[in-house]
Parts: sequence; C-alpha cells; structure tokens
Amino acid sequence: MKVQLLLILVLLTNLKLLGSSRLGSSIRTVAIQGSLLGLLPLFIELDSLNWRVMTLAIGTVFLKGFVFANLLFRAINVANVNREVQPFAGYVSSLLYGIVALIVSFWLGQILNLGQLSYSPLIIPVSFFGIFSGLFLIVSRRRAISQVLGFLVLENGVFTFGAGIIKMTSLLVEIGILLDVFVAILVMGITVFRISQECDHIDTDKLITLKD
Amino acid sequence: MTISILLKTTISILASLILAPILLGIINRVKAGFAGRVGQPLLQPYYDIFKLLKKGLVYSTTTSWIFRWGTLVSLAVIVCALLIVPCGPFPALISFKGDIFLLVYLMGVVRFITVISALDTGSSFEGMGSSREMFFSALAEPALLLALMGLAKVTDSFSLTSIANTLSATNWFNNGASLALLMGTLFIVLLSENARIPIDDPNTHLELTMIHEVMVLDHSGPDFAVINYISALKLWIFSAIIAPVLFPIHTNNIIADFSVWLSGMVLISIAVGIVESSMARLRLTVIPQFLLGATALAITAIVLTWIG
Repeated sequence: MKVQLLLILVLLTNLKLLGSSRLGSSIRTVAIQGSLLGLLPLFIELDSLNWRVMTLAIGTVFLKGFVFANLLFRAINVANVNREVQPFAGYVSSLLYGIVALIVSFWLGQILNLGQLSYSPLIIPVSFFGIFSGLFLIVSRRRAISQVLGFLVLENGVFTFGAGIIKMTSLLVEIGILLDVFVAILVMGITVFRISQECDHIDTDKLITLKD
Repeated sequence: MTISILLKTTISILASLILAPILLGIINRVKAGFAGRVGQPLLQPYYDIFKLLKKGLVYSTTTSWIFRWGTLVSLAVIVCALLIVPCGPFPALISFKGDIFLLVYLMGVVRFITVISALDTGSSFEGMGSSREMFFSALAEPALLLALMGLAKVTDSFSLTSIANTLSATNWFNNGASLALLMGTLFIVLLSENARIPIDDPNTHLELTMIHEVMVLDHSGPDFAVINYISALKLWIFSAIIAPVLFPIHTNNIIADFSVWLSGMVLISIAVGIVESSMARLRLTVIPQFLLGATALAITAIVLTWIG
C-alpha cells in the first residue's frame, strides 16, 4: 500500500512537471520525485532491510533530492532565468500528451506483465510514464535547464523500473548508474553555465545559429 | 414502507432548498476570519435574497422574453437537478441507472440559459463573460463527467443515490488513492462551476477579471434574488456529491448519518473559504491548464481503479 502511494505521488509529480512553467518549482518537483524514488527500495524491502538497500536509498535521496537540485538552482541563478518561455509544445498540449502517455503506460504495463518479478502492478506503468514524460520534456522545451530536468525525469523512470526488481540487480550496478547520472548532471550544469556565459541565453533552438 | 421513503425524500428536498444558502454564509465567515474581520452574519445570504425579493424589477429595453424567462427556467432546471441528488442518508426523489449523466447535462442546461440571457441584453461586456464561461465550463465538464464515472467505477453503481449509499470505508482501503484524486477533481470542478477563487472571483467588479458575475449584471430585484439562490443551490449540489466521498459512514441511525453528512458539507465550505483566502486568482491563460490538470487527475484515478 505504501509502495502504491509512493508510486502514485511520483506519477503526479510527472504530471505537474508537464504543466508547469516555473523552472524553480520544476527543479523542486524533480527533487521531490527523486527523494520519493530513493525511498522506494526502503519501502519495498521493509521487512528484510540490509545495508545494501540502505546505502542505495541514502545515496539516491542525497544525490537526487539535494545535490542535483543545488547544482541546477546554481545554474539558473547564474544564467538568470526563472521560467520557460514559449516552449515548443504549450502546457495544455503537454498535459494532453501526459494523459495519452499515462493511458499508454498503463496499457503497456498490462501487456508486459512481469508478474512475480515486480513488487507492485504500478511499477511498470509508472516507470514507462516517467520515461515518456522525460523524453517529451527534452524535445518540447526550449531552455537547456528544462532539458536537463527532462533527462533526470527519464532517468528516474528507468530507476523506478530498476528499484522494482532490485533483487536482480547488484548494488555495484545501481551505484554505478547513480555516479553516471551525477557526472551527467554536473557536466550539463557546467555546460549550461558556459552557454549562458558565451551567448547570454540558454535557449537551445538559438544555438544552431552559432558560427565558429 | 412507501410512506417512510416518501417522507425521507421530502425531507431531502426540503433540507436542500432551505439549507443551501447557508453554505455561502459559511464561506464568507471563513474568509472574514482569515482577513481578521468578524464578518457578516451567517444568515446574510438569506437576508440578501429576501431584501432583493422585495425590490422592483428593471428590464432593459433591448431584452426580449428570453431574458425575462431565463431566471425562472434555470431555477426550474436546477430544482430538477436537486431531485436526483441525494441529501446524505436521505435518498433522492428520482434515482435511476445513469442519472450521473443527467446531472451533468442539467448543469449544462442551466449554464446555457444563463448564457443566452446574458447575450440577450446585447451588452458586449456580458458577451465577453458568456464566452469565458462557456470556454471554462467546456473544460470543466469532462473533468466532472470523468470524476463521476470514476466514482461509479469504484462503487459499481451508476446513480448518485446508490453511489452515496455504496461508498464505505472499505472503498477508502481498497481504492484510497483513486478516491482522493476523484475528490480533488470534484473540488476543482466545484470551484470552477461556482465561480470561486482560483478560477473566478465572486466579489470582483473589475470588468477584465469577471466571468460569472458579469453575466448577471443586468438582473435586478427578484430576478437577482433567484440568481443568487440558484448559485447557492449549485454549490449545494456539488458539495452534496463530494460529502459522501469525504465521510462514507453508514450507521443505522439516520440522524447520526445526516449530521455526519452535514458536517462534511460544512467542511467543504470551509475548505472553499480557505482556498479563497490563501490563493490568488489564476491568470485567464492558466485556467485551461488548471482545468485540464483536473481532468488528468480524474483519468489517473480511473486508470488506477482499473489496475488495482
């Protein structure tokens, strides 16, 4: 039941991301989503807690809930942007896309019936919905920061899938993925900073006009 | 047996007709409390209605019979809607499979009549209000329909009375998340349909921001009293749909059930008052997004009942 609740909250944060234009609140929402997902392995293995799960949960909450949010907040402060202006797909169409993606995810969850492998029937739909939302955020938003957020949401979707079948994956793999994501966000944060320094904006669609 | 049912339904209708305006009074008191004022008396909406009923009528020369009949017809339609909405433990007079759809369409008829009366005055200002009202309610309607369908799915029953009677604490254990989402959707629809704050401000008189209020500017005296009464009934109907979801408690004592249900109604009004005091009005361009968000919540709820 608690796992269900966590997953539903994750799902709602995705819907919120699709419909919100403020970068600050989006970063906060992604941080909340990351923390919720960090808690997910804890709740799944509540009766057989071991140091492996604990490390993973603490590491995830620390990185996704605090470190990434700090890095991204620093980036938007430096670049001096606070909202997404004129995204390629408006917020109403993003939400409509979200509704369709939600239904498709649940449908996929039904045909991809992993049965005893997953802890909750919601794991697969929620992870697919995260992946779909993340991909959509990457292609539909103009600001580089929003695209970084899209990447994080996409990764969170994949993480949901991994956390749901954590018995199968080793700690090393999970920590490795976390490290990867950390480096990716660090690099992206620096890139966003450099772009804003060089071009006075972080609109990715204007980058095609660059000449060397 | 039949006599007791008849008695119960009579009580249901009378209670709705008499108690409805008090919800507006509660909202006003909560808002006043938040602003640090004492606020108007709890029964002020009744006083207002009686005061207006005593006044004379003024009709603009550009209006036709549509304007004159509009208020009465909408009153008649909203009372029809009241007949299918149960009053807590007291069943509705009419109840059949699928009356949830009838309710949505009766609300649509009320809206249609209000809008054509507004257009009948020939004022461009009221035309603007009508167009906004239609736009936003077109977005709120799917949310309402989907939320009612979600409730029907959770309880496996298709009429408002049987939904209210079937809902129980077990539903909250099995489908708690869905019910919470459905309640959220219904609350947003309540705010939108009753011209409440994040969507529309019932107190505003600034022409650029008005939606609902602007459509009834030309109504005066008894007509305006009827309009006020209709809006009270509308708020009552929406609260009466949410209250059984909030407190799905069935004891065998009908008085206890009724008081639990009434406290649910009061809580909903208090919640509306809190939202109005703590939130600012949304920008007009953000409202469609907000209402679509409500639809998304309803769909999520339905999909969740489907899986679990």
